[in-house]
Amino acid sequence: MRTRQNFIAFKTILFKEMVRFTRIWVQTILPPAITMVLYFIIFGNLIGPRIGEMGGFDYMEYIVPGLIMMSIITSSYANVVSSFYSAKFQCSVEEVLVAPVPHYVILLGYTLGGVARGLIVGALVTLVSLFFTDLYIHNLFITAAVVVLTSVAFALGGFINAIFAKSFDDISIVPTFVLTPLTYLGGVFYSINLLPEFWQKASLVNPILYMVNAFRYGILGVSDINVGIAFVIIGLFVCILFSIGIYLLHKGVGLRT
Amino acid sequence: MNAISIRNLEKVYPGDGEVYALKGIDLEVEEGDFFGLLGPNGAGKSTAIGIICSLVNKTAGKVMVFDHDLDTARVLVKACIGLVPQEFNFNVFEKIKHIVVNQAGYYGLERRLAYERAEHYLKKLGLWGKRNVQARLLSGGMKRRLMIARALVHEPRLLILDEPTAGVDIELRRSMWEFLREINASGTTIILTTHYLEEAESLCRNLAIIDNGRIVQDTSMKNLIAQLDRETFVLDLAKPIGILPEAPGCVLRKIDDRTLEVDVSKEQVINEIFTCLSAKGIEVLSMRNKTNRLEELFLGLVKTDDSMPSTVKAHAH
Repeated sequence: MRTRQNFIAFKTILFKEMVRFTRIWVQTILPPAITMVLYFIIFGNLIGPRIGEMGGFDYMEYIVPGLIMMSIITSSYANVVSSFYSAKFQCSVEEVLVAPVPHYVILLGYTLGGVARGLIVGALVTLVSLFFTDLYIHNLFITAAVVVLTSVAFALGGFINAIFAKSFDDISIVPTFVLTPLTYLGGVFYSINLLPEFWQKASLVNPILYMVNAFRYGILGVSDINVGIAFVIIGLFVCILFSIGIYLLHKGVGLRT
Repeated sequence: MNAISIRNLEKVYPGDGEVYALKGIDLEVEEGDFFGLLGPNGAGKSTAIGIICSLVNKTAGKVMVFDHDLDTARVLVKACIGLVPQEFNFNVFEKIKHIVVNQAGYYGLERRLAYERAEHYLKKLGLWGKRNVQARLLSGGMKRRLMIARALVHEPRLLILDEPTAGVDIELRRSMWEFLREINASGTTIILTTHYLEEAESLCRNLAIIDNGRIVQDTSMKNLIAQLDRETFVLDLAKPIGILPEAPGCVLRKIDDRTLEVDVSKEQVINEIFTCLSAKGIEVLSMRNKTNRLEELFLGLVKTDDSMPSTVKAHAH
């Protein structure tokens, strides 16, 4: 039985990932906090009072869950895509590939490394938000579950992006042209009830809408969509992305010639 | 038991023009051997090693490592092998002790044991003083030694070194040879690829020469050397000579007024040549081999034919 050895290998990958992003915390942990402070000041303090209430809450209170979720999504994704692509670029990924580490252990190690960074950044942004508004948690279980599942989903997405990436440009294409637009259109700053009916329905194909709203429900108790459906969709994404990641590792796509 | 047993191993790199890197090689390496895998650039050495180490997908064939089948027991195969690759393949921003300790972790070694082993091998290879230095700050020779320490940290049964002394100065190369002999003497099977034929001659007991994706020679070093039937010596003369003298049983060539070359067959007694030259009043100051004798044999075995490059297009088959 190699269960013990596999667990040690998993801890090693996870620990290495955590050491990496904490060593360069000025690049990995601080920037999202500063960006969110700007969002809180501009959208919350300056523009928010003119907008008034949304979903029965101050605008600042309404956007805080979305902004926390946005920082978790981008950090989880960015950590894995940059770390794994760098390992490919420097060929240091071969250290893991020649070792008797099962593919699921490699995937879990890198994914949870991304989740760790996502959660640390999320916690930091939450702390920062307390300087601008009071935060009450409506349902701790839903809040925590949505955060972890969303972080896992985007860390897996980052891993798949890194596998296909052939240059450093390729690791910024998805965040710039897919992730950011979907996040902004995912109900971070508004309720989809404000949109015309066609765009409300169009928004439903955006997975980030479900994540932001489920998280908002966990904190504020309000959501544009059914939280149960949101969990099913997030869970489905995690399962699909995990399967794709395992398949790509098994085939050696982008890793073995 | 064989450390490695390869049957009909093929590798085709797909693309516009398919490249046949390995064309069905068979190879056996006994446990405990110090085995050399030689061949010119692009011959298929690194591809073969890549397949054994799970870095390259094979097209066809069977690979067994200590009786574990690569297709059905890949994890067990990997656990037996330590690889020192040709190119540096570590994170240059990591500290060297972390590189070695993490590698031990990938092989399932507990953290405490990993640190002990890392200390042992980093000390053995003269890197302990640099343990807290980022890898990018090491010299080329230190980086090579780091990769050896990393490959040994889980104490593999089979150590594969792909040109481990490339770009390493002579003194360091010799000390690395000593270290590798020591590792081999302790029971670790070693497979070495190298371009330095002196290195292969000095270290390897058996060897295979691979060229153009095929094994062209698979024998013991002793047998290979025995195939040499002729050597060329360069003679430096004390005084300039005018006419090229004749010597029975050998071929003399005049390079310049003070230098001669002589081809000597394996059976010939060298004293005869000196006697003949002395009789003609020619004094020899010094004598040296024109080239490494193994080098000559190697070149004979892997004659380059421009009309048949190592990258053979699919339509040629």
